[in-house]
Amino acid sequence: MSESIKFHFDVDGGNFVSAGQASVQVKKNLRQLGLPPEVIRQLSIAMYEGEINMVIHANGGEADVTVYEDRVVITLTDHGPGIADINLAMQEGYSTATENVRALGFGAGMGLPNMKRYTDEMTIDSAPGEGTVITMCVYLNK
Amino acid sequence: MKIRTLKELLDAEIVCGEEHLDCDVHSACGSDMMSDVLAFVKNQAVLLTGLVNSQVIRTAEMMDMVCVVFVRSKRPTAEMMEIASDSGIALLTTEKRMFEACGILYSNGLNGEKL
Repeated sequence: MSESIKFHFDVDGGNFVSAGQASVQVKKNLRQLGLPPEVIRQLSIAMYEGEINMVIHANGGEADVTVYEDRVVITLTDHGPGIADINLAMQEGYSTATENVRALGFGAGMGLPNMKRYTDEMTIDSAPGEGTVITMCVYLNK
Repeated sequence: MKIRTLKELLDAEIVCGEEHLDCDVHSACGSDMMSDVLAFVKNQAVLLTGLVNSQVIRTAEMMDMVCVVFVRSKRPTAEMMEIASDSGIALLTTEKRMFEACGILYSNGLNGEKL
């Protein structure tokens, strides 16, 4: 695999029930490419958390997954309210999710920490009012 | 532990995925917070929860979980059963409460995550 393989998804922000469909599809695609199961699980969980975050906080966005020879890169882009204090948002247990979202099983303040936990590299580019771009990378040969 | 054994121990009803009854589960996780579940990684795990929405099944799917048990007689929706069926996940429902269900499985040798 000398060239990269790209997948693009639009994440619908209006429907919590269907949230996660892009992650399900990515998981299927990565399986078809024959990636190791543990790597697929790491990437799937990280992307799922990110997808849920985009639906909860940013009214949806876009997800791009690029599979290179030695790594997989996920870029999640939204045009939501942005993150005012990234260090605070990275703390386990900190969440700005509403009670309604918590009742659905999310908003425990574990999303971003989980995304970092399951990936080898993660960067967050965000500012209030300007949306958020999260880039995550998992290496294939560790 | 086989899902079949787990079903008997919890006096549970299988509502989806009867063909997976002889599948093994090696660990368990009990939570209504899916982000807490997503922080838990184990192979062939079972999820016990009182939460009923599609994201429960998607979470189990992302975690490669093989079985979800709904406590306090909660029942999955048709949509949840469809997703579970596509993903090869068995769904069970038990009258027991979360604490009791987890206790029964733990005392019969099913462990949680080793921290």
